[in-house]
Amino acid sequence: MKCAYRLEQVTYTYPLRENPAVSNLDLCIPEGRTTVLLGPNGAGKSTLMDLLLRWRKPDHGCIHLFDAPLASYTKRSLGRTVSLVPQEEGARFSFTVLEYVLFGRSPYLHELASPTHADVEIAQAAITQVGIQEIAHRPITTLSGGEHQLVLLARALAQQPRVLLLDEPTSSLDPGNTAKVIRILRQLSEQGITLFFTTHDPTVAADCAHHVAMISHSELLFSGPATDALTPPLLSELYGTPMETFRHGDRLMVTRVH
Amino acid sequence: MTMKQKPGTGETHRYASRITLYRYRLLAFALLLVVLATVALLTGRYPSAGIANPLHLLEDALFAKVVLNVRLPRILLAITGGASLAAAGFVFQMLFANPLVEPGFLGVSQGAAFGAAAAITLFGFSALAVQVSASLFGLLALATSYWLAKRFRFGGWILRLVLSGIAVGAMFSAGLSIIKLVADPTTSLQDITFWMMGGLWNSTWKTAWSVMPVMWTALVVLFAIRWRINLLSLDERTAHAIGISVSREKSLVLFVATIATTAIISVAGLIGWVGLIIPHLARRLFGADARFALPGSMLLGALFLLACDTVGRTLLSSEIPLGVLTSLIGAVLFIIILTRPQTEAKL
Repeated sequence: MKCAYRLEQVTYTYPLRENPAVSNLDLCIPEGRTTVLLGPNGAGKSTLMDLLLRWRKPDHGCIHLFDAPLASYTKRSLGRTVSLVPQEEGARFSFTVLEYVLFGRSPYLHELASPTHADVEIAQAAITQVGIQEIAHRPITTLSGGEHQLVLLARALAQQPRVLLLDEPTSSLDPGNTAKVIRILRQLSEQGITLFFTTHDPTVAADCAHHVAMISHSELLFSGPATDALTPPLLSELYGTPMETFRHGDRLMVTRVH
Repeated sequence: MTMKQKPGTGETHRYASRITLYRYRLLAFALLLVVLATVALLTGRYPSAGIANPLHLLEDALFAKVVLNVRLPRILLAITGGASLAAAGFVFQMLFANPLVEPGFLGVSQGAAFGAAAAITLFGFSALAVQVSASLFGLLALATSYWLAKRFRFGGWILRLVLSGIAVGAMFSAGLSIIKLVADPTTSLQDITFWMMGGLWNSTWKTAWSVMPVMWTALVVLFAIRWRINLLSLDERTAHAIGISVSREKSLVLFVATIATTAIISVAGLIGWVGLIIPHLARRLFGADARFALPGSMLLGALFLLACDTVGRTLLSSEIPLGVLTSLIGAVLFIIILTRPQTEAKL
């Protein structure tokens, strides 16, 4: 199994804190697959995401991205390799959806350049892929939460990344939009993009993950195939409350016992 | 990555035609600026009140001198200063992701006002002293805000800058009050008050050349990176993930906008509201994308300040302070914009 990201003994402690937020983490995020990161609140999920983005740098240990140290990437090459779909993003200015998605082209553009016709085509293709063509010229300040999430996804796709990181992509969505996002994520995975995302909903993990990583109290609890991870004993241990799984048709459902 | 569906060429066309529309609008405003500047050159109290016939330039040497040595530097300063204030306001709003921000936020205006008042009290009303002192204290305010923000131990970069800017601005405002308290009410205090109202009445070629190159440089730099300025309005973590060196690029843009602001403040005093209101108008006319809204802001700012200055120096027999006019018109425009439906930005 080839790793997109490989973490070795990664430790990160926030300034002025005693306990590390992420401690001695060894993890492989397999290339071309979908990996879901599960963990209770405060377990270190967001910190791990920040480390993968190089928004924070580990105190100890090293992170490799496609066999090269993460630190060796230039900003530009990192922006062409990895892109982020943030959980939410304040929209203060009324950029149109297309203008906003075009921002994803910046790692390909010179500092003094503006997007070219080719960039517009790529942004349009990303917009088409997430199915929001009809709102391409609407101001982003007028969008619903679900539409906004899809715009952020389109912008991340306009970066033409090999790895797509997502912060809780479904947590603020209604069931219809959740289903839509899951469908798009599956499509992207079929195209060979490596996906890595956090979620608080193990059923979403069951819906699209090949691989699951679990962190609890800053340490890795489990990393392996989704079918091995989504079992009542592991999930109960992870969340500290009894959990059970059942089958509904061909779907695996996860729920609290009480 | 391969895309499954063909991109919609019709949509791309729609985007292209909007760009064309904005380009024509920019061109139209540029032409309007040329026309207004020409009218302003010929308008004044010599040879008689009102607009003079340009042919008169050939016959009357004194009129030619008035136009070339008195009105032209003043008009160029109004154009350059208006463009600088509006551009600085625009980029501050973008960087702070807040449509209600202008350079005063980092203590720059208060620092410059303090510097000018100090110079007036110490050296009397010497243009050079006021100018140097205002620029120095404006930059000092920026540097102090920046230094403090680096030392704060919480919050994101922009929050820390704003907090330190509030503290620095308050200190310079307090200092200014102390100077006014001790200033001679018959001489210095009047000069300070008049300078704070803002105006271009003492523009000469010398003052124009002392500050215009700085402003031109700043305008060219901001124009050159106009598309990237968009990206600086994003969340810092998101901007990082898109491949931007957030702190470095924001600091560069802030510095450039600030020196342009202090340059015009140092010769013209505090000219309020241009940096706040013009970017709003520009986003109305040119959309939010800084590719067009920034040059649009520059042009509208230049037009606005030139119009205000021309009215201020010709309407009454004594000059109306420029800062008073811009604040009055700016505030009225602001109210109109905010009470109209379809407000540009979510506040």
